[in-house]
Amino acid sequence: MDPVRILEIKESVFENNDRAAQALRQELKSKGIFLLNLMSSPGSGKTTTLKATIAALSGRRKIGVMEADIDSDVDARAIAETGARVIQLHTGGMCHLDAGMTRQGLEGLEAGEEDLVILENVGNLVCPAEFDTGAVKNAMILSVPEGHDKPLKYPLMFQISDVVLINKIDVLPYFDFDMDACREYIHMRNPKAKIFPICAKTGEGIDAWADWLDREVEAWKSGHGYRKGAKL
Amino acid sequence: MHELGIVFHIMDTVEQTARDNHVSRVQKVVMELGEVSGVVPQALTDCWNWAKKRSQLLEDCSMGVEILPAKTLCRDCRQVYPTVEHGRICPFCASGQTHLLQGTEINILQIEVI
Repeated sequence: MDPVRILEIKESVFENNDRAAQALRQELKSKGIFLLNLMSSPGSGKTTTLKATIAALSGRRKIGVMEADIDSDVDARAIAETGARVIQLHTGGMCHLDAGMTRQGLEGLEAGEEDLVILENVGNLVCPAEFDTGAVKNAMILSVPEGHDKPLKYPLMFQISDVVLINKIDVLPYFDFDMDACREYIHMRNPKAKIFPICAKTGEGIDAWADWLDREVEAWKSGHGYRKGAKL
Repeated sequence: MHELGIVFHIMDTVEQTARDNHVSRVQKVVMELGEVSGVVPQALTDCWNWAKKRSQLLEDCSMGVEILPAKTLCRDCRQVYPTVEHGRICPFCASGQTHLLQGTEINILQIEVI
């Protein structure tokens, strides 16, 4: 009988992915591509927000979009109508994208001329928060019908998001959504998080968000933009 | 639901370590899970037992799980208390100025190899 040996690993499950994400960010930096990771629960209005954002930035930025879903291409078709270059990624049942899958997506998109690539992550508030995709900034959408208490229930998602878009503010009168409490809960998780109340359907608030994004892309391309914790 | 994604990452790291050390089989992998890591131990081991059959190196490899208790420090009275029982509010002085010291870990501790 062969003797059994013990090999110590003592590392976080995410360490490999974190390294891959960091390498991808470095590469994107040298190519002058800003990658935004957009997350939310299903039905919060990611695709509608994306269409409004692309329209607001048209003429200012060359935009590519990666649509990650477990199945179907309905989102990619909707985005293609805006004229942006788009690729549909199927995760094969997985509930999130990691840095390796994001890299494959970027290769498939043949991103080169784009200065802004937006990754629409799988609709889910748990898993996408755990895996660094290599994005420069993380944005998430919380829609009014979901309730103002979500930052308490999904702490990690709000902790890692640089921006929170509070969407569907046109229906505020019909829901018991406390905007002040929501802001407080988000800042409990991440004191630096930027918050933009928007309505993707009517366009309210989209300009403020798009301007912020435009400035971030500019800062990244000119060498001044850093993602929190990123060492470049 | 995210346990399967985590299992694939564990497999990558364990297989790499095994290859680096020229071992032919891995018998056991020992994980360390923080109490508030959001990983359900039973779901993780179920996913592991399904996924390991896809790998020659790992097909006989069992998974052991050690749970690391979650602890929170109160910044006002400087006492440490168990997180799961009391949450964000300090049970000693009722302050909300607290932060988690440990409990979110998802670590691969070691593997047993032949």
